[in-house]
Amino acid sequence: MMFAGLSRNDKLLFAGFTIAALAMPLLAWPVGANYPDLLQKFAIYGIFAIGFNILFGLTGYLSFGHAAFLGVGSYAAVWMFKGVTMNVIPAVIFGVLVSGMFAALIGFISLRRSGIYFSILTLAFAQMSYNLAYSVLTPITNGETGLQLSQDDARVIDRMFTEQTAGLPSTNLFGLEMSGYPGFYFCCVLLIIAFFIALRIQRSPFGMMLRAIKTNQVRMNYTGFNTRPYALTAFIISGMYAGLAGSLLAVTDPLAGAERMQWTASGEVVLMTILGGAGTLIGPILGAGLIKYFENIFSSYNDGLLAESFSFLPDFLNDALVFVIGPFVGEGWSLLLGIVFMAIVIFLPGGLMEGLARIHGWYRRRGQGDAGRKVAKQAAE
Amino acid sequence: MAILEVNDVNKAFGGLKALNAVNLSVEEGTVHAIIGPNGAGKSTLLNCFVGRLIPDTGSVIFDGQSLLGIKPHQINQTGVARVFQTPEIFTDLSILENVMIPAFAKVDGAFRINAWKTVGTRGEVRDMAEKVLEEVGLHEKRDTIASSLSRGDKRRLEMAMCLVQDPKLLLLDEPTAGMSRADTNNTVDLLQRVGTHITKIVIEHDMHVVFSLADHISVLAQGTVIAGGKPEDIKGNPKVQEAYLGGAHA
Repeated sequence: MMFAGLSRNDKLLFAGFTIAALAMPLLAWPVGANYPDLLQKFAIYGIFAIGFNILFGLTGYLSFGHAAFLGVGSYAAVWMFKGVTMNVIPAVIFGVLVSGMFAALIGFISLRRSGIYFSILTLAFAQMSYNLAYSVLTPITNGETGLQLSQDDARVIDRMFTEQTAGLPSTNLFGLEMSGYPGFYFCCVLLIIAFFIALRIQRSPFGMMLRAIKTNQVRMNYTGFNTRPYALTAFIISGMYAGLAGSLLAVTDPLAGAERMQWTASGEVVLMTILGGAGTLIGPILGAGLIKYFENIFSSYNDGLLAESFSFLPDFLNDALVFVIGPFVGEGWSLLLGIVFMAIVIFLPGGLMEGLARIHGWYRRRGQGDAGRKVAKQAAE
Repeated sequence: MAILEVNDVNKAFGGLKALNAVNLSVEEGTVHAIIGPNGAGKSTLLNCFVGRLIPDTGSVIFDGQSLLGIKPHQINQTGVARVFQTPEIFTDLSILENVMIPAFAKVDGAFRINAWKTVGTRGEVRDMAEKVLEEVGLHEKRDTIASSLSRGDKRRLEMAMCLVQDPKLLLLDEPTAGMSRADTNNTVDLLQRVGTHITKIVIEHDMHVVFSLADHISVLAQGTVIAGGKPEDIKGNPKVQEAYLGGAHA
């Protein structure tokens, strides 16, 4: 029932994705990324990017304000933790719903325009949300400090069943604490579900309409489609994905701050999607994983650490390398990311997925060439 | 019975009167050609039928309903389809998808979230699309991406996208512009073979095409209909010859 209508290739793709996602701790082991905090980030930003791709990759609307929905999801989830229960299920549902409603409002206004005007409108709304979270909305967002759990939170449902303890409670799934690997697997299962829904959307008539809107909106209108509700639905769905990612950030670490809504965070998901391959199913997840992985490595380096890792070299070489590489690590990590991004956009506009497709095609052609030569040789004999 | 009634339509762009008191009546089931020299207002008139432009004054009544002030997608849903001068197709999608999309518009209406089915599944919409693709001769290429088609094939594809909706009125804006003689003949052939019951309005420069297709011809010059009638009558009309030979502004 769940897989009705999907092609064999899609079923294989989903099976492969599920296995790879569940085996992520093992797969990440050779590159030293097999610790839960980072793995959680892979899954969470993977969800964020999948959702962003539904709007940008499929429908062709480039939003520069998706971090707003990430932030709203986080705030909503933390409020659920504070007010009702530390169980993560209500928090996640609440986060998705609230950001969905927020997306409906912003999408309704922003989608009156397309192209660059749409992008600017979304950017403006996100920056507005960011500034409001810092100023006027302090009662809801707790301003600069950020929204945190505290000892005197209401937590009405939890209070009915358990005594208040001395320390702050932790997020849990019916008693199972959501930190470390359990936290990762909770995010991972939601990533798999999110991927499955995106796959179904992409293969459905609805997804085909979204791709048609991206290709030729004029033709869509003269073909009898009211394109705006389609684009709005795509916007709301991708806003809900962002809200899910935001609430998962709160699940793994129950606090929410306004900086999560800043434009740099919105830009990051654009980079992830384009780096991996906009419009593809796997690409955005790949992009999210790579960016989070390299950010984790490079941003922790500094000149001292660099000098240490090149310490086997003669001093003058060591100094020279530190001088050259230094600006690209630590605080300068975004400089490196920028250069890689430029290279991708110029040489591989379809992102890493295009790169993989090219390599695949090259191997196949080489294989055929070999086969051809064999046939020719046999014929000659 | 007239399916389209155009009464006293005026449209000005700044000081330029593109359409000047245009009256037109298109009979159901006929092919109505609109001819005229460049800049006569033919495309402007067509744009007024599909909601791309709104006339300053006058009325456009299709099938008993005014087309003025309603959106292009609503006009399409009442049964008007249009082939553009430069083909408007979904270049990134396959040919089959290109034709399935208008079929979905016909079956599901202007908006419906149909997210749990898959496009590949066989069903009513796919059958409709494949049938039309066979009629226009693109069935074998159904899985190729539309951008890779030749210009002639792109036009045939756009024709298929309109025909699959089985519209009551089909508007064709220079369907053979820029085509070779062979492609032009193919197009005329196609129009004579497929969807013969559909009322059509054709804007065309190629007189060979006009005279082989049209039941009725209206001649537009400087925003006004200067003559109308059966092809034989138009051929001999001195006013028409004058307009085409450049004597109109004398």
